[in-house]
Amino acid sequence: MQCGRPLLLRQPFAPDAFDLVILGCVNVIADEMNPARVAALRLGMGEAMTAFTVQINCGSGMQSIDTGYRTIRDGAADLILAGGAEALSHAPLVFSRGAVNWYARLFGARTLGARLSVLLGLRPAFFKPVVGLERGLTDPITDLNMGQTAELVGHLFHVTRRDADEYAAESQRRLAAAQHDGFFADEIEPAFARDGTVYDHDDGVRPDSTAESLAKLKPAFERPWGKVTAGNSSQITDGASWVILASEDAVTRHKLTPKAVIVDSEWAALDPSVMGLGPVYCSTPLLRRHQLTLDDVELWELNEAFAAQVLGCLAAWQDDEFCRDALGLAGAAGRIPRERLNVDGGAIGVGHPVGASGNRIVLHLVNAMKRLGKKRGIATECIGGGQGGAMLIEAV
Amino acid sequence: MTSTPARKPALAILGKRNRELGPFARDDARQESGPWAHWRMRTDEDGIVWLVFDRKDSSANTLSEPVLAELNDILGRLERDGPRGVVIRSAKPGGFIAGADIAQFRGVTDVAELEMLLSRGHAVLDRLDRLPAVTVAVIHGYCLGGGLELALACDCRIAVDDARFGFPEVLLGLHPGLGGTVRLPRLINPLAAMTMMLTGRTERARRARRLRLIDAVTQERHVRAAVRAAVNGDLRRSKQDVTGTLLNSGPARRLLARRMASEAAKRAPRAHYPAPYALIDLWVEHGGDAEAMQQAEIASFAKLLVGGTAQNLVRVFFLRENLKKLAGGEWPGRHVHVIGAGTMGGDIAAWCAWQGLFVTLADTNRNAIGGAITRAAELYGKIGRDNRLRVRDALDRLIPDLRGDGADNADLVIEAVPENLDLKRKIFAAVEPRMKPAAILASNTSSIPLEALRENLARPQRLVGIHFFNPVSRMQLVEVVGQDLAAPDVLAEARAFLGRIDRLPAPVKSAPGFLVNRALTPYLLEALVMLDAGMKKEAIDKAAKNFGMPMGPIELADEVGLDVCLHVADTLRGSLHRDMPEAPQWLKDKVAKGELGKKSGKGLYDWKDGRAVKSHEDVVPAADAADRLILPMLDACVTCLREGVVADEAVLDGAMIFATGFAPFRGGPLHYARTRGFADIHATLERLAAQYGPRFAPDPGWDSLPDPTPAAAAL
Repeated sequence: MQCGRPLLLRQPFAPDAFDLVILGCVNVIADEMNPARVAALRLGMGEAMTAFTVQINCGSGMQSIDTGYRTIRDGAADLILAGGAEALSHAPLVFSRGAVNWYARLFGARTLGARLSVLLGLRPAFFKPVVGLERGLTDPITDLNMGQTAELVGHLFHVTRRDADEYAAESQRRLAAAQHDGFFADEIEPAFARDGTVYDHDDGVRPDSTAESLAKLKPAFERPWGKVTAGNSSQITDGASWVILASEDAVTRHKLTPKAVIVDSEWAALDPSVMGLGPVYCSTPLLRRHQLTLDDVELWELNEAFAAQVLGCLAAWQDDEFCRDALGLAGAAGRIPRERLNVDGGAIGVGHPVGASGNRIVLHLVNAMKRLGKKRGIATECIGGGQGGAMLIEAV
Repeated sequence: MTSTPARKPALAILGKRNRELGPFARDDARQESGPWAHWRMRTDEDGIVWLVFDRKDSSANTLSEPVLAELNDILGRLERDGPRGVVIRSAKPGGFIAGADIAQFRGVTDVAELEMLLSRGHAVLDRLDRLPAVTVAVIHGYCLGGGLELALACDCRIAVDDARFGFPEVLLGLHPGLGGTVRLPRLINPLAAMTMMLTGRTERARRARRLRLIDAVTQERHVRAAVRAAVNGDLRRSKQDVTGTLLNSGPARRLLARRMASEAAKRAPRAHYPAPYALIDLWVEHGGDAEAMQQAEIASFAKLLVGGTAQNLVRVFFLRENLKKLAGGEWPGRHVHVIGAGTMGGDIAAWCAWQGLFVTLADTNRNAIGGAITRAAELYGKIGRDNRLRVRDALDRLIPDLRGDGADNADLVIEAVPENLDLKRKIFAAVEPRMKPAAILASNTSSIPLEALRENLARPQRLVGIHFFNPVSRMQLVEVVGQDLAAPDVLAEARAFLGRIDRLPAPVKSAPGFLVNRALTPYLLEALVMLDAGMKKEAIDKAAKNFGMPMGPIELADEVGLDVCLHVADTLRGSLHRDMPEAPQWLKDKVAKGELGKKSGKGLYDWKDGRAVKSHEDVVPAADAADRLILPMLDACVTCLREGVVADEAVLDGAMIFATGFAPFRGGPLHYARTRGFADIHATLERLAAQYGPRFAPDPGWDSLPDPTPAAAAL
């Protein structure tokens, strides 16, 4: 609502002119099983607006754009509102399986005696809630949580604690500078709470972070020797993002000014325990399809789930054996210079509302390309469960 | 892809099929059947008679002599035919029955004739009550006054979800007069019954069910089954419980009556509002004897209706109808853009969103918008306590707009920034080119002439003043200010917009202070003069309250804000050729110190928890205090009439009542003057002028006012 209303407000067409609403959302709350449709109605887009929610974990916000892009390409729609939203602060506490079974027995019991006997089966452990969020961030196939997969990727590509902390400190510095220079003025909308509080910037930014200060933090996932800390990981936050996708027809009809063109997209999958390498697996074939090399891409948004994972991806592209055997290249793909990567910081500072991030990095890539006068860019993210998504964007 | 044509919402097509009218087709209530003008009758396949009330040539059902005469005729037929069950239902979309036709109350003077009329009505309802068939009232929407009395005469009441029940007679200076005072305290808890009748409050279906006023709450789709159950005796009917019966006993009645009377006195003094006390007396004396109570109700109602209070309040009812009519037809717009998120702008935006409009609230200060959203959420929390969805939707429609993008597509732009000509001009210059050519530009200014704002506008004909009062959600009146270049359709649209958001438009000419502030200012200034002369502020306020004002002038000045008062007074003094008392220096000092009244916690009074702290000692206002306060206000009203600031007495009286709360039971300032006698007012003003100064000199307009005017008296 908070970002959709101002976006629709500044359009020259009415909110009901859209053909479709697609929203990426991972943790759908029980009150709103199809948040895309709820958002469409609450945004005043009319009862006739079809809307569906997509979920591919951390890639959901990009999947909504991708699905919209393909729908328009197929000629099935002209104007689509595609977004991503996540309210991780609303993730439920869930009861354990044992407790659920006990409730079912209690409600199923017909006689007083039966009920009493069920009641006697009550165990204190039933009251210990399971944090839904924690379960959601753990891969069920390997039973590794996301932080652990980052530890593994970092380990496999020799990412040191110092590397990760330096990367994180630089990310924070870039975000703070971008906020200070007003680079988000046309991208981030203030959120107005009912109590009057105005949230006008992401408050996860820690501009005073240095590699030295971050070095003092304890590992968050694998104590005592782990390298992934709260400081060099993305923050778990709430957030939402929308982009408008239009066909050429719609652009002409509504006299729109396009910001960028989606050239192509790619999804890829790999072993869940090294899901952090997802960007490498999806971006590489995308480049190859268009006869491009890493150097041809002037700007990268590679979602910062974990510093170790981002650095792992960079290292993977410079690894002869990996590029040859895993990606089918002749040898190492090359190096992405830091000045082309996540130029205004990323999820380490602004946070990673899982369903929204994929959408946000595409939007930010477009805005950053425009600002810096760049022609070609890729937004890509790793996806819990062992996948990756990438989108190739060109300026108009 | 080709764009599909705009689709009609599903319920816009299907909604009309929802109403369950038994043997009558659901979507066509106009089918012919029976010889009556206002009623239609048919029997369904279960042998249940459906009696549909559809008052001819009226959008709402009200009870009148001919309507009841027809019902009487129908009851005769039902007595002969002897059906198992009879359903009474309204064919009007708005509700069941809105009450008695108030038009027939106007100008009634003959008590004996009135008692005859009432007795005939009672006889019809008693006949309905005695009918051997199971009688079922099926109620949707409003069910008020006489409508509720008719429902009470049925055996059974089934409500549809949206039904609302109430006895608003007390607001007209009356109490129920068709047996309601007899039947209600015997059906439900008498304490709840008396509360309903004393406050005039309406109760929603769920609460009415809890009160045992109705027997079932359901949806249209189950009305048929509910009626069948009621007629077959399968529906358990609500009955008074033991507590209720006990509370209706003599000693309990006497004890409770004392409490009720003292409660009533807090809100409506006996001298001004006799109805609540008459109702309490009725119950205490006759609560144990239905027949005697019925006779007493008729006599008491007749006595109240011919009295001054009821007649004046009936007048006020029609003054409101008159203002409503000025709103005219439907406003075609849906998007309002409000500039300035201060108290007025924020509250105007919140109110518009609450009333279903799409609202963008523009301000460059994001914290100001944040504050406005908070106030909106608080307001909605109060007025939408029972409607979570409406609160959510209203907050969704109230859109913070930091870039002012809303102006591009708005149908109406309302400026509500601080009273500074340059600032307003700058805003107009920026916003006008962005607006749709057919959109209206409005200013909420209270003191800047529209003619000054109009300069440099490309489309001055689309500029109008829409002047709200504080607090927007409670002050029903809004001044619509014209200027000589304004197009008539723009003024009409502005009035229609106010009708759309449930406010009353008062058209006024662009003149200093318009009508309301101009009339209030001498009243407030005189209070300050009296304060200066050493009178106690509590005494001054009491004089005004004794006259019937809802709040004394000192408290009002604090409520409005001393800075605002001072500003308005200075502007008026500067632009009117009229002797006005100078605002005392200490007041200016107070304002400079930031002691602004309620909003700063300290003004003329100290304020605690939103209330003025008053001394409790008994104060006796000077004998001429009320005249000193009220007559300058009346005089300013006459000036406004003479100068054509306001078109006629009906608009003037209505505006003053609904903007300032001017003693409603006096029927409005001009009506009061007329009742007291122009000669007396004139003489008193001259006497005050001789004693206190030329500011009391009567306006020449008094001489040219027709006294009395039959045309104006009709309203």
